[in-house]
Amino acid sequence: MSVNEPQKQRRRDTAALVIAAGLAVVAGVMLWDSARLADLGGYSGVGPASVPRVVAYGLLGLSVWTVFAALKGDFPERPEQNVPPVLWIIAGLAAQLLLLHVAGFSIATGILFAFTARAFGKRNLAMTIPLGIVFAFAVWAVFSQLLMLHLPAGPLEHLIFRGA
Amino acid sequence: MGAFDFLMQGLATAAEPMMLLYALIGVTLGTAVGVLPGIGPALTVALLLPVTYRLDPAGSLIMFAGIYYGGMYGGSTTSILLNTPGESASIITALEGNKMARKGRGGPALATAAIGSFVAGLIATLLLAFLAPSIVKVALVFGPREYFALMVLAFVTVSAAFGDSALRGLTSLFLGLALACVGIDQLTGQARMSFGVPELLDGIEVTTMAVAMFAIGEALFIAGQKNQQDDEVTAVKGSVWMSRSDWARSWKPWLRGTFLGFPIGAMPAGGAEIGTFLSYATEKKLSKHPEEFGHGAIEGVAGPEAANNASAAGTLVPLLTLGLPTSATAAIMLAGFQQFGLQPGPLLFATNPTLVWGLIASLLIANAMLLVLNLPLIGLWVKLLTVPKPWLYAGILLFATLGTIGANPSSFELGMLLGFGVLGYVMRLFGYPIAPIVVGLILGPMAEQQLRRALAISQGDWTVLVQSPIAATLLGIAALALIVPLILRARGKGQVLAQLGGDED
Repeated sequence: MSVNEPQKQRRRDTAALVIAAGLAVVAGVMLWDSARLADLGGYSGVGPASVPRVVAYGLLGLSVWTVFAALKGDFPERPEQNVPPVLWIIAGLAAQLLLLHVAGFSIATGILFAFTARAFGKRNLAMTIPLGIVFAFAVWAVFSQLLMLHLPAGPLEHLIFRGA
Repeated sequence: MGAFDFLMQGLATAAEPMMLLYALIGVTLGTAVGVLPGIGPALTVALLLPVTYRLDPAGSLIMFAGIYYGGMYGGSTTSILLNTPGESASIITALEGNKMARKGRGGPALATAAIGSFVAGLIATLLLAFLAPSIVKVALVFGPREYFALMVLAFVTVSAAFGDSALRGLTSLFLGLALACVGIDQLTGQARMSFGVPELLDGIEVTTMAVAMFAIGEALFIAGQKNQQDDEVTAVKGSVWMSRSDWARSWKPWLRGTFLGFPIGAMPAGGAEIGTFLSYATEKKLSKHPEEFGHGAIEGVAGPEAANNASAAGTLVPLLTLGLPTSATAAIMLAGFQQFGLQPGPLLFATNPTLVWGLIASLLIANAMLLVLNLPLIGLWVKLLTVPKPWLYAGILLFATLGTIGANPSSFELGMLLGFGVLGYVMRLFGYPIAPIVVGLILGPMAEQQLRRALAISQGDWTVLVQSPIAATLLGIAALALIVPLILRARGKGQVLAQLGGDED
């Protein structure tokens, strides 16, 4: 994704060409996948592979159309992006995903909370991580104890709610 | 029994203390989340879906309806005081409402928005109640081919007819349709596009996708923007009550807005914003004070705000009677029904009338509650607007992931959430609309099933799709809705359509 490229020159939109390639890849995967399905058309002549095929051809067509639009520079100008905050949020989500079953909901989500706040300008992680964990723990308590949602418990949750 | 008796029965159901409590929780949560800047009703409903997992169906659907209506009310507060429309349907309200607020007339602007929303909600909900039985009667003769044609029409109008580019709308739609193919085929039981991953056999969860697209994609997009400045909240000065002349100038726009908004919401055209634009244009033309437009004309708040709420009720017509969601919000509402194993449509009116009519009646009650919540308590909601961005988005992401974890506590599901979130970010960056991918994902499997049924009945004869007059007409309209905007855009008249297209709803 070439987000930071200067957009002055509107001919040949490389990022849009990448999108077109991506659409073609999705279409290719769908065609490959539908090829191995036993096409039990039955009475209708339309089996499980038919609709994926139609969608795949549609995507191929759109991919070609995107190429033309990219060459003509038809895509709207993109707002300039500040990459580090975006990466902070993605890192927060990834950390939560990895830690969820090891450290429990509160700690994993507290880190996500702090990283998101970091992306929006609250830079002091030493303050925001504990704050996030406390907040996430309160949310965990309400949702898992009162609303009976299954939220993974970790050491922290076990420490306070012995039964959980 | 006529619609009136059913409605009375529904009111009896909805007036039970527990149901009233659910409705109250729903409207309060809906308003609170709707007021938060940057969150529209689609995301409000998606975020609050997990709260209802463990409640009984009637109660949680009533809560849902309250959340939906509450989100609509809350959105207008944001756009008047902050000039940051939380939803595309409030853009117009922001235009005139924020100007009024800056002139110190924020109180009357909020009042005309709230009372207008109430009037529109009341009339539109009654229209819904009295129209629904006749549409259900028509829908009962609908066969698979008519449903298929209806869904094709919904696909086209959601993706290609409005917005600034048919290419990007259709691409978004087809990505949704591609994702809809993932999972076990409903008719033959074969696994499609699951690549041996067991988690994919169940298909892609609509709520995961919607939360990822709306919450995470939006958070990433806002975080990535350079030159962020905190928007300024305009304080409400003076009385919230409207003067006599405000009333005189408001009541006609309310009614006109209602009758413009409702049919547009009810047609499978999607998008509450279209009604608001039409209403704004009408009011500007009919006003005795056209010079005030653009500088805070009260008609420009009253009309569009009424149209907005009327079309919100309007989208419930196809949703409840046909099971056809015509906007992103309605698509998520449908997911809400499906989590209880309920399929909205003509059959639901026959098999579970208490639930359907209780839901419709609860809309009336929710509407009245919202008027009370929004006028005297407005100061409370305004405080929510001052939540600083870091905490706001940290909280949004916390609740977004909470919903996904609550539904399915697996790292795989969170991975999908992250993946779709990044996809939503890239789509926003390149100007792809979000609603078509959500509608494609939820309507795709339904359309496929109807198509295959229709063809199984005809033993593979494709001409059967256009042999019924209803189906042929619907497909014809769909073709026109695809081709006419393409010609308009090619002739350089695309700006109007671009304005009509919105991000959400």
